Amino acid sequence: MPDAFSLTGQALLYAAFAACIGWFSSHPVYHPLEADEALVKLSFSHAAQRKAPCRERSAEELQKLAPNMRAPLDCPRERWPVTVELTLDGKLLTRAVVNPGGVARDGPATLYARYRVPAGAHRIGVRMNDDGNVEGFTHQREETLQLAPQRVLVVDFNPGKGGILLQ
Amino acid sequence: MDRCFGARANPLRHLGALAYLMFWLITASGVYLFAFFETSVSGAHASVQAMSGRGLGGIARSLHRYASDALVLLVALHVLREFALRRDFGFRWFTWVSGVPLLWLMLFAGIGGFWLVWDDVALFSLGATLEWFDALGLFGEPLARNVLAPEYLDDRLFSLLVFLHVGVPLALLLGMYIHIQRVSRPDTRPAQALTLGTLGVLLALSLVQPVISAAPAEVARVAAALALDWFYLAPHALMYQWSPAALWALMLGATLLLAALPLLPHPGRMPAAQVDARHCNGCRRCVDDCPYAAITMAAHPDPRRGMEVAVVDAALCAACGICAGACPSSTPFRKAARLDTGIDLPLLTMDTLRVRVDAALTALRGDTRVLVFGCDAGADVHALQSGDTATLSLVCAGQLPPGFVEYALRHGAHGVLVAACAEDGCQFRLGARWSAERLQGRRAPHLRPHVPAHAWRLVHAARHDLRGLQAGLGALREALHAHAAMLPEHAHA
Repeated sequence: MPDAFSLTGQALLYAAFAACIGWFSSHPVYHPLEADEALVKLSFSHAAQRKAPCRERSAEELQKLAPNMRAPLDCPRERWPVTVELTLDGKLLTRAVVNPGGVARDGPATLYARYRVPAGAHRIGVRMNDDGNVEGFTHQREETLQLAPQRVLVVDFNPGKGGILLQ
Repeated sequence: MDRCFGARANPLRHLGALAYLMFWLITASGVYLFAFFETSVSGAHASVQAMSGRGLGGIARSLHRYASDALVLLVALHVLREFALRRDFGFRWFTWVSGVPLLWLMLFAGIGGFWLVWDDVALFSLGATLEWFDALGLFGEPLARNVLAPEYLDDRLFSLLVFLHVGVPLALLLGMYIHIQRVSRPDTRPAQALTLGTLGVLLALSLVQPVISAAPAEVARVAAALALDWFYLAPHALMYQWSPAALWALMLGATLLLAALPLLPHPGRMPAAQVDARHCNGCRRCVDDCPYAAITMAAHPDPRRGMEVAVVDAALCAACGICAGACPSSTPFRKAARLDTGIDLPLLTMDTLRVRVDAALTALRGDTRVLVFGCDAGADVHALQSGDTATLSLVCAGQLPPGFVEYALRHGAHGVLVAACAEDGCQFRLGARWSAERLQGRRAPHLRPHVPAHAWRLVHAARHDLRGLQAGLGALREALHAHAAMLPEHAHA
C-alpha cells in the first residue's frame, strides 16, 4: 500500500507533468509580426520571353532532318531571366534577377520573398522585365495602398489577369 | 522516483513504453476525430470547432493533442536518459541509430495535425513549413505559393494534408517496430498503475483546459498573436528569428550528430559470451533469457549428438553473462576440477566465480556468516564487506546461477544475499527479473526447493541505494537469528 510520501510525490510529479504539457501547448504567445507591422509577399511564377524568336527552317535544313523531326519552325527554348524591382515609398526594397527554371532554362522563373513593413499608407512600386531585348521594364505598376496592421499584401504576376497584381 | 512510484512503475524507467502508450492514445483519438472531420478548405475549421469543448469530441480532440505533446516530452527524456546512461554505442548502436529518424517522423506527424484545424496557427505553421522546404531549392515552383492567396487553396490540398497526417504516423509506427527489433521482450507496455495514472492526468487536463482552435485561417492577414504549441511548432519561431538555412543547419547538424554518436571513440567492448559445444545440450535457455537476441541455435558440430548448439552473435552480445546464469551446465556442484559450462563469459567465467566463492567462504569468520552476490551496475556490495560478510560482484545479477546460492550455504555460509539492480532498472534490461524468477522457482534454472527460505534473500538496489542494500542484509541477518533462536541448539555455533 503506498504511503503518504509516495502518494504526495506521485501527485506532485503528475501535476508537474500536466502543468508542463498544459502550459507549453499554448504558451508563451507568439507574435509573428509587431503590432504596427504588415507583411508584403512578393511572389510569381512566370515564363519570360524566349531569347530568340522562332524561325522557319529552309527546305535544305528540313531535308537533313529525320522524317519524324521535320518541324517547320525552329524555336530555341531558352528564356530570358526575369528582373523585378519592388519599391516602398520610392525606396528600393528589393531587386532580383530570377533565372528561368529547368536544365534548358526554358521553365518559368519563380520567386517567393516576404518583407515586414510598417503599417500605414505606402506607395508601392513594382517593375518587371521579362524580355532581354527590351530596355527598361516590360511591366510596371505603382499604387498607394493603405496597409493595415497584420495585413498581407501579395504582389503577384499573371499576364492573363492584367500583369502585376497587388492583392 | 522509485520511492514515489515503486521501481516497476517509475516513469523514468519506462519512458519508451510510455511513448508507445501515447502513440496508441493518439491513434485511437485520431480515428475518432477523423470520422467527424471534413476534408475541405471551407469545412475543416468548422468541423474541428464542433469537436471542441468538454463533450466527447472535445475530450477526444484534447487527448489527441495532449498525448501528442506528451509524446514529444517523453521521447526527449527517453533520448536524454539513454544518452546519459551511455546506451548510444556498442551492441546498442542499431537501436540508437534507428531511433534518430523517428524524431523527424514524430515531428512531421505532429505538425501535420495542426494544419488540419485550418485556423491561424495552421496557416502560420503550413506557410512556415513550406517556406522552410523552399529554402532547399529543390522544387520548381515555391511550395509556399500554395497558401499565397485564396484562389491557390483547394480541397485537393486538404486531401494531401490528410494523407500526410495518416501516412507519416504509419511510417512512424513501422520505424518504432524496427527500433525494438534488436531487443527481446521489448518494454512497450508500461505498468498498469503508470498507464492509469498517465491517462488520468491527460484526461483531467483535457477537462480542465480543453484544446480550442484559433480564428479560421485567412491568407490575407497574419494573426497578431498565436497560441503556439511549442512542443511541435518551436522550429517555426526559430526559423523566423534566424533564417530557413540556419534552421536546416541546426536540424541536420543535430540529426547527424545523434546518428554519428555510435561512431565516436568509446571504451572497448567486453569480450562476448563464448559457447563450449562440449557442454551445451541445446536446451535454449540462454536463447530465451538473452535480453538482446544475441543467441541463436544451430546444428551441433558433433552430428552424433543429434542436438542443437547455441551460437553467439558477438556484434549483438552485451557481455552481461545472463546466458551463463541460465545454462544448466553452470552448476557449481559439478565435480570436475575446472568448471566448464555450455556458455560462459570470458570476463568472469563460472570456474573463476566458483574459485572466488570458495576463497570468500574460507575467509569468512563470525557466528552469522553471509555471502553477498551483487552486480557491477547496481549498488556497490563491497561497501558491506566485513569479517562475517563476504562480497562478490558479478557483471549482472542475472549471471548468477541459482545453484551458487545453495553451494555457498553448503560450504560455510549461513546466509546468502543476492543484490540485483532496481526492478525494471537493470543495466542489461532483464537480469534483475530473471534473477528473481530463478531464485523464486518461477524460471529455470531454479533454486532447488529444499534450500531453506530464511537462508537467502533477494534485494533490488539501484546504483546509489546503499541504504536499500544494508536493509536487505539486515533483514537477512534478522531472519537467520530468528531461525537460529527457534532451534534447540544454536545452529551457527
